[in-house]
Amino acid sequence: MGKTLFERIWASHVVREEPGEPALLYVDLHLIHEVTSPQAFDGLRLAGRGVRRPDLSVATMDHNVPTTDGPITDPLAREQLDALRRNCEEFGIPLYPTGSGREGIVHVIGPELGLTQPGMTIVCGDSHTSTHGAFGTLAFGIGTSEVEHVLATQCIAQRRPRTMRVEFVGTPPLGVTAKDVILGAIGRLGVGGGVGHVLEYAGEAVRGFSMANRMTICNMSIEAGARAGMIAPDDTTFAYLEGRPGAPKGADWEQALDRWRALASDDDAVFDAEVEIDVRELAPQVTWGTNPGMVVPVDSVVPDPSEFDEPDDRAAAERALTYMGLEPGTPIADIRVDRVFIGSCTNARIEDLRVAAAVVDGKRVSDGVRALVVPGSAAVKRQAEEEGLDRVFERAGFEWRRAGCSMCLGMNPDILAPGERCASTSNRNFEGRQGSGGRTHLVSPAMAAAAAIAGRFVDVRELEPAAVA
Amino acid sequence: MKAVRRIEGRVAVLDRADVDTDQIMPKQFLKRIERTGYGEFLFFDWRKDPDFELNRPETKGARVLVTGRNFGCGSSREHAAWGLQDYGFEAVIAPSFGDIFFQNSLKIGLLPIRLPPGIVRELAGEEELTIDLEARRIRTADGHEIPFELDEFQRHCLLNGLDEIGLSLEHEAEIAEFERTHPAPVATTSI
Repeated sequence: MGKTLFERIWASHVVREEPGEPALLYVDLHLIHEVTSPQAFDGLRLAGRGVRRPDLSVATMDHNVPTTDGPITDPLAREQLDALRRNCEEFGIPLYPTGSGREGIVHVIGPELGLTQPGMTIVCGDSHTSTHGAFGTLAFGIGTSEVEHVLATQCIAQRRPRTMRVEFVGTPPLGVTAKDVILGAIGRLGVGGGVGHVLEYAGEAVRGFSMANRMTICNMSIEAGARAGMIAPDDTTFAYLEGRPGAPKGADWEQALDRWRALASDDDAVFDAEVEIDVRELAPQVTWGTNPGMVVPVDSVVPDPSEFDEPDDRAAAERALTYMGLEPGTPIADIRVDRVFIGSCTNARIEDLRVAAAVVDGKRVSDGVRALVVPGSAAVKRQAEEEGLDRVFERAGFEWRRAGCSMCLGMNPDILAPGERCASTSNRNFEGRQGSGGRTHLVSPAMAAAAAIAGRFVDVRELEPAAVA
Repeated sequence: MKAVRRIEGRVAVLDRADVDTDQIMPKQFLKRIERTGYGEFLFFDWRKDPDFELNRPETKGARVLVTGRNFGCGSSREHAAWGLQDYGFEAVIAPSFGDIFFQNSLKIGLLPIRLPPGIVRELAGEEELTIDLEARRIRTADGHEIPFELDEFQRHCLLNGLDEIGLSLEHEAEIAEFERTHPAPVATTSI
């Protein structure tokens, strides 16, 4: 019987596996940020333990950092960032702090630096670690106790998760993006549909996606409840990696390619579950509720809670509509927005910014709408500025900011006011996620850009063809 | 970690599905670098509503939270589990849990128990419950007993309050041998 991509990576990282115990799995790369690590470092000190492999760890500052120029004014945020700096110094962990030129959202910089490579195991105290699965890695989020465990042992204790193959059938229509594909998939699977599973995405659409698109897909695996998401590496993956600082060079590169090409799931590999999702007729997606599974096509209406079969789903939909200030039956295209956020580990790579810039080029942000672009990393920001995207956004009336997680979770000053409605390229529309009382609608970068111009949700495919090509 | 053996106390019911960790512990409290003191921020936004379940006087001092499917989904923040424990909860019973939240809870000795939705609904009608981790049984006030499952290794760790890092470090020789035979692909210190 053939093997899956997941099984190959799992098997090659088992340090120890005894009946009745979780497996001890080796971690090739441990990503660290300021929010989920301070208590783990304190735990090490308390127990008199060290960091086993600082050379397989890397830290950056992303969740708390302000995206405007000038010093941090929030004393708690400053203290947390200072703690990260002290901890990295004490334990010898490489750190890319604000201003280093290599800082950014941890899931943007890992791939950018070539640290994320096929076949690896990657963990981070952040649920969107699933992003790295786009390279054919086994990558998942962990809690702070597990962060401490990885720091001390470079291993993680894990029960083997189940596997699920998610096959996208066909290719999406023009103007329908990877973000729409994954939102559509979460709508279908539900926010708990992937619990206990590692997803492997496959199909023609996935093969056609760029690495940025694949990262968007894998990033949101956790929103379907999945432990991780992964995509078999191919020439697109290798072309992205070649020449990056962490990528193998010379003869090592050729050897790595041979290893990476052998990772893909065999044709006769068996998954614990398989799902087919047809994307040929998919429309751009907009969430209407308070979790990413509450999603509909832009050309439809806000659903009526009475349409849901399960009592739990009905109650959740009613609560969500009250929170979101929406009436059943309202056309999505009639929903006006106050804010637009283009950013986050889901959609703040250079490709995302190019798509959004093409939509807004030569137009103006609608009166009364405040729109923000936050590049995913300092490198993305530099690249965008070299291409003149910053000027396209600023001429259109967008604010052009410094890299960070920003309004995706609003730990820095970038937050919604109560009642404000936001078209956001981020990954979570939970209550209060972008600010207490704030109302989040998740969309693709193209759809967010179009909403900024129109002041309401519009089907980006109705704009002139140049913008959606 | 403190050993967990027997949990006895009042039940609080939060009859909602897909409660995410952003609700359990909102982001503004994640800036703290301490591990303790999160109880007062638990469900911070929801508690502003006087009708919120945990504002009801009968839930005061509750030890067991009975709630809906996919509890603790979303963000990996262990602060959510810390908050529940610091508030006074010792166990959470639900039809299913977010994977990371489930692990985080086990690591700190907050007992997550998965049971079929129908049984969870019945338990939601109880005022008090006794949970015997040794026997893996939940007992209601009228003596009715409900068995539950938990990974044997996790149960062992909880019953004995074991430090999992210490357990893994007992296998240091195996870790070192793995490192010798499987050099990691890339060093972060070399780029």
